[in-house]
Amino acid sequence: MAARGAKSGRIDETIFRVGTGAFGVLLIVIVIAIGIELLRQSQLSIKQFGWHFWLTDTWDPVAGEFGARPFIWGTLYSSVLALLLSTPIALGIAIYISELSPDWLRRPLMFLTELLAAVPSIVYGLWGIFVLVPLVRQFEVNTPEWLRGVPLFTGPPLGVGMLSAALILAVMVIPFTSSIAREVLRAVPQAQREAAYALGATRWEAIRMALFYARTGIIGAVMLGFGRALGETMAVTMLIGNNPQITWSLYAPQYTMAAVIANEFTEATNDLYLNALVEIGLVLFAITLVINVISRTLIWSMNRPARPKTARTAVVREAA
Amino acid sequence: MLVAAAAVACGGGSSSPPPNSSATPPAASGASIQINGAGATFPSPIYTKWTSEYNKLHPDVRINYQPVGSGAGIRQLISRTVFFGASDQPMKDEQLTSAPGPVLHFPTVLGAVVPIYNLPGVSGDLKFSGPVLAGIVLGKITKWNDPALVKLNPGIKLPDLGLSFVHRSDGSGTTFVLADYLGKISPEFKSTVGVDASLKWPVGVGAKGNEGVAGFVKQTPGSLGYTEPAYANQNQILFGAVQNSAGNFIKANPGSVTAAAAGAAAAMPADFRVSITNAPGDQAYPIASFTWMLFYENPDDKAQAKAMVDFMKWALGDGQKFASDLGYSPLPAPVVDMELKALERIKLQ
Repeated sequence: MAARGAKSGRIDETIFRVGTGAFGVLLIVIVIAIGIELLRQSQLSIKQFGWHFWLTDTWDPVAGEFGARPFIWGTLYSSVLALLLSTPIALGIAIYISELSPDWLRRPLMFLTELLAAVPSIVYGLWGIFVLVPLVRQFEVNTPEWLRGVPLFTGPPLGVGMLSAALILAVMVIPFTSSIAREVLRAVPQAQREAAYALGATRWEAIRMALFYARTGIIGAVMLGFGRALGETMAVTMLIGNNPQITWSLYAPQYTMAAVIANEFTEATNDLYLNALVEIGLVLFAITLVINVISRTLIWSMNRPARPKTARTAVVREAA
Repeated sequence: MLVAAAAVACGGGSSSPPPNSSATPPAASGASIQINGAGATFPSPIYTKWTSEYNKLHPDVRINYQPVGSGAGIRQLISRTVFFGASDQPMKDEQLTSAPGPVLHFPTVLGAVVPIYNLPGVSGDLKFSGPVLAGIVLGKITKWNDPALVKLNPGIKLPDLGLSFVHRSDGSGTTFVLADYLGKISPEFKSTVGVDASLKWPVGVGAKGNEGVAGFVKQTPGSLGYTEPAYANQNQILFGAVQNSAGNFIKANPGSVTAAAAGAAAAMPADFRVSITNAPGDQAYPIASFTWMLFYENPDDKAQAKAMVDFMKWALGDGQKFASDLGYSPLPAPVVDMELKALERIKLQ
């Protein structure tokens, strides 16, 4: 009886291992297949434009000239702005929830931040159009003259444009960054904090210690948010103004890679045009992949190696 | 295409064969027929209405229409994954030659594009002309009190306000119709921007969909965009009259749009691939267009072909009465007559 149980347990174990292993491999196969397919479907455009595709600014479906630079710019610019806006807030939320908040408040706060992540992006887009854009337009109309000279604040007050897109992206990224940062902070051993208090640290100093200890994980959390911002499509295309141009101005309508694919794919009638859109997808895929790999590696590097080692270096550096 | 045929063969089977005595056009086998089509989003509301109404009359015929966009519809037609395609612009010659067989165009309804605007303090209908619209799109007219606009609108006090132009960001038949019109009016527009469903716009903001453009204009004082009239009406946005080729300022309505098609009917080519922007006729609205369904002249599946021809006869006849309610304009009678004749070209044997 007991032997039989052990045997079936071993079989279960094997099935379980092979099954989950297959799913794991499947995931790798899917990612590779997506990459290959994107490459295959963008052959025409890759052959025709080569590296110029990355470096030229013209996007003219009528003349059949395609350059992705304004879209790459718009994607990176909007995502970086979103990160600059969202990171302090997201970290604030994470620190408060994991270190400071009273127990009865912790759960509702966690629930609410995660709820933000569950809102569909089209809803963010609609909210953006009806609430955020008019507010941004008011702000733009009332920009003081001395500020208008700054390249960031030039252009007519349209409401839609880089500023609106970056703001909505920031809101959408906050739950991702803050949830992961919160988990990372929780993973900091209690002993760390206790040691800090034992040395006479104030609460702020203890939290700084915890933040320092968790720094790679927090950077990883921020990078994951960045990956999320890069790929966001619907809300951004509704607010960014969809005009492919490279400018620092926050008021100017610009364009992102995901948005141009979503906008133009259905009506792309000739092959080169279609291939160029798929190549944009390929560029976006590559950039997103790189960013995700970096962020993942950072998170792993925090969780994997023996903890005391990291702690010791932290203390040593702190001392030095 | 074998797969498609097989799917269709298996698709029915649920309903019992209808008796052949009724006026219902019998399908070849008596089993129910499922027909798949894909294409333009612009006529999607009326195609959906038509297919559901037609299904009430002929329960054995099911037509599925997927509004995936004109470009995707044409691609699916060429790869024969659908029985029929639909497009807001006629297929180009190279697309026709890349199709595995001759493709026929059939206009189904008419649509128009209107200039919509949000101008605080101006309640009357503004008048626009082709050159003025081209000037706005090309970024030459950037103020509402531009002399060209003032000249067209005597008696209306136009404010000294920046004009922000908003266009479609997604590829669209609406954009194609406007560009087709501006291309005829302005050689500069034709050479620098060109005519297609997605353009390299010299100025302006891109908004997604008719509803996006309408939403932007509704919210933004001083903005001007273009949509189909239905969206202007739904959102209570003012739209202007446009000067036609006879020099009259005409507002878009089913009458003036049908008049544009009637004006063009005289010179209708046999394949119906015709642009009716800036059409002749005193009352013709100048920014109008057909939208087309696309069929193979010699379809593989004869049962589907037969059912589809019957459907088209109904759509061109009784079906036209649904047009105005949904924001389209009905086809003029001479065009319908020509199409009924052309339907005979589809090989049913």
